[in-house]
Amino acid sequence: MTESVTRGPIKGAVENLTNNVINAEGLTKVFGEFRAVDAISFSVGAGEVFGFLGANGAGKTTAIKMLTGLLAPSSGNASVAGFDVYTGAEDIKRNIGYMSQRFSLYDDLTPLENIRFFGGIYGLRRKEIKEKGRALIDTLGLASVADVRLKALPLGWKQKLAFSVAVMHEPRIVFLDEPTGGVDPLTRRRFWEMIYESAERGLTVFVTTHYMDEAEYCDRVSIMVDGRIAALDTPLELQRQFGVGSMEELFIRLARAGKGGRHEE
Amino acid sequence: MGTAISLDGVEKSFGAVPALRNIALRVDEGELFGLIGADGAGKTTLIRILCTLLVADDGKAEVLGLDPVKEYRSIRSRIGYMPGTFSLYEDLSVEENLRFFATVFNTTVEENYELIRDIYSQLEPFRTRRAGKLSGGMKQKLALCCALVHRPDLLLLDEPTTGVDAVSRREFWEMLQRLKKQGITIVVSTPYMDEASLCDRVAFLQEGTLLAVDTPEGVTGLFTAPLFAVRAREKYRLLRELRGFEHALSAYAFGSSVHYADRRRSASAGEIRDHLEKRGLQDIVVEPVRPGIEDTFMALMKQGRGEGDD
Amino acid sequence: MKNRKGTASSFRGFVKKEFLHIFRDRRSAAILFGMPIIQLLLFGYAIRNEINEVKIAVSDLSHDSLTRAIKSKLLSSGTFVLAGEPESPAAIAPLFAEGEIDEAIIFEPGFGVRLERDRRAEIQVITDGSDPNVSRIITGYTTAAVLDYLRQSSFPPEGKRGVVAEPLMMFNPSLKSVYLFVPGLMAMILMLVSALMTSISITREKESGTMEVLLVSSLKPVQIILGKVVPYFILSFVNVVSIVAIASVVFGVPCRGSYLLLLMESLLFIMTALSLGIFISTMTNSQQVAMMISLGGLLLPTILLSGFIFPVESMPLPLQVISNIIPARWYLEIVRAIMLKGAGISILWQETLVLVVMTGVLVAASVRKFKERLQ
Repeated sequence: MTESVTRGPIKGAVENLTNNVINAEGLTKVFGEFRAVDAISFSVGAGEVFGFLGANGAGKTTAIKMLTGLLAPSSGNASVAGFDVYTGAEDIKRNIGYMSQRFSLYDDLTPLENIRFFGGIYGLRRKEIKEKGRALIDTLGLASVADVRLKALPLGWKQKLAFSVAVMHEPRIVFLDEPTGGVDPLTRRRFWEMIYESAERGLTVFVTTHYMDEAEYCDRVSIMVDGRIAALDTPLELQRQFGVGSMEELFIRLARAGKGGRHEE
Repeated sequence: MGTAISLDGVEKSFGAVPALRNIALRVDEGELFGLIGADGAGKTTLIRILCTLLVADDGKAEVLGLDPVKEYRSIRSRIGYMPGTFSLYEDLSVEENLRFFATVFNTTVEENYELIRDIYSQLEPFRTRRAGKLSGGMKQKLALCCALVHRPDLLLLDEPTTGVDAVSRREFWEMLQRLKKQGITIVVSTPYMDEASLCDRVAFLQEGTLLAVDTPEGVTGLFTAPLFAVRAREKYRLLRELRGFEHALSAYAFGSSVHYADRRRSASAGEIRDHLEKRGLQDIVVEPVRPGIEDTFMALMKQGRGEGDD
Repeated sequence: MKNRKGTASSFRGFVKKEFLHIFRDRRSAAILFGMPIIQLLLFGYAIRNEINEVKIAVSDLSHDSLTRAIKSKLLSSGTFVLAGEPESPAAIAPLFAEGEIDEAIIFEPGFGVRLERDRRAEIQVITDGSDPNVSRIITGYTTAAVLDYLRQSSFPPEGKRGVVAEPLMMFNPSLKSVYLFVPGLMAMILMLVSALMTSISITREKESGTMEVLLVSSLKPVQIILGKVVPYFILSFVNVVSIVAIASVVFGVPCRGSYLLLLMESLLFIMTALSLGIFISTMTNSQQVAMMISLGGLLLPTILLSGFIFPVESMPLPLQVISNIIPARWYLEIVRAIMLKGAGISILWQETLVLVVMTGVLVAASVRKFKERLQ
């Protein structure tokens, strides 16, 4: 990774406000009696690849919804891309990219139509969409299938396209929710190389995954257990701290130690 | 030991799209057999043929010594099947789901409780909870209980661990190991390479073709090039520099390091380090490493596709 | 698989599960039980076609005892309110224009005398045609009242009188619209519950993947289908009984024929609708498509083409032909005949036979199409 990556302190990283794309302080969401997210604090620097891990039901999805302006927090503060999650939800949405395994592109449209549609959604001008669309199709090597409906394309191609579309409007940060589920290992790695490349250009990447080896590809990793952040550091440092040999081992140890509120979500 | 499944030259297409090509394999009784492959590799089609939901276009198939076309009824009553989506009734409670599947198979939960006790005990506290409100891991366990409730001879599981967190996945595999001890033959498909090592034997599927069928150790034996785990400070640059090396066969990120395979039998760690140092990388560590399942799978995939170097 | 008892108990388990689905899902429970009642009350109270307090002007150019008698007969029914007695027909138009009256009646000069002598006399009935439906009803009502009076006072008018008496009025003399809506409503609700709900509940299992497991179980396709059908059969029957009960208790709709026949015919129609629902679910794997087909392909024709709202006889010929393949059309005729005319099976055997044949064809087609495997 680039040397400029901010390795901020774990809690309340305020000194790097200018460089941080995400700042969360005591961010909390309560559903009835259930504290889905319980006062989490962390920051993510510009150009960082930040892994956001946690068992099913640990509160990951809720946290991401708050950070992307889809869900108002119950308490605590957070800013994303320089905007407050309470007051600037709309600005946040304009300045982030989002891609998930479940929803990304329209299967019944062609790659080009998808690019045009999402370009329009993100408020790009027609000329920009045209230029970017052509550039995207070229760099992804989709020229031969630019007019084929998406559902006929291999999953790996779709995922690459989905990622490119999610960052087409040049957001400061992109949220990737389990982007590589079900893909073969070769395609998965090619996808991660796209992530690296984007991060090198300064894009902040916030990614969740169930593949623990992918956790090691991140600059820093946080592991959520029962709504709290149980660990946060570089993968190597975390393994040293906890005296484990792999991220998988660490993850399982932390998640099993949790009281296992793993039945929601 | 008898044969639970034998396939020979099995073919299946959907319209013009081939889903399975010339599949030949054997699964022994009491074996834990893994079908490893990505989405669209043909895993689901193969499992559906085995559980008689689909009929192969061509080739010979035998399941539990029976013909899946003519004797499908007999097969159906002796297998347990868990489709890719956890097929539970989300509006019914945990207990109601289990009881329903028991009655469907003309049995009762009590009759075969021994078999599922281990798994069901973890669900017991949530007995009255609706299945739709369970976490992925819990749904997966319940679906497994439902597939086991009539004590099948053969268990066919289609991607039971997809979308489930690492803890639940590990627990699930522990359960499968215990079921195997009870003498049940298990065929399980998965996109996760690391799960392959937990099977007795695995079949690698890629675009409808079998790349290899062997024990996990046997499979890794197919990887013959010298392999090194390389670390340096800037991983993405490291990847590019390794790929740029003239003797490179392949270089892929693997956890915290990069796995680099060399074309030459005689490649040495020192040589690679020298190259990287010359290119200005820092904190370089190069050590030889034994190829794993994933290394092998990727190498076989590239061979299968006839792709050159990356 | 183990024994007969086993098969029976697995079937019972299936039916029980189906009931759990219905009662767990508030929406389907609401459709099943709320719909019939709400619809009935809606049609019974809100959407009334009948007329009240019709403002009427009577221009009596004859001034004899007969015209006075007819006039007082009309006014005594309470339906008509006298709003003016213009001396000349010319004064009528302004009254209409100002909205003072809804109807005007003109007795020709020498009405009583001509009726005595020629057995023929003329009344002109003028209505505000801006709402043709209401006008038609008012006209019909007036005509009926006049004819009724003449018949009672031994002036049987011979032959054609230039007024068309609708045969319907023979059996529904006060033109109570609720009488007409009840049979239509029964058809609609049975179609909705039986066809829509079964097709959705089967396709839902296909979508969730549970159908795969059921197919791989030792259940036979027939058991799966029956397990799906039985609960809705029972619920539909409960609905029929409650509609007939509400109609009779709340609205006083009579059933002149045999209740037993009515119930048997309803059971037959439920079977038709259920087999339609199963047939739809064999055509598609998605709940959404099943719903679209059920609503667009079944419910709308049931409402529009069955004679529920628009009489079949007044439809253009192509639609009349199409209406023949709509089961509700035949059911509607049967129910109306039983409830309003008191008809028996000797009269209704043809309509009944049509429904029997339709059901048979649909069941045969569904069984052929129901797949024990995936495609």
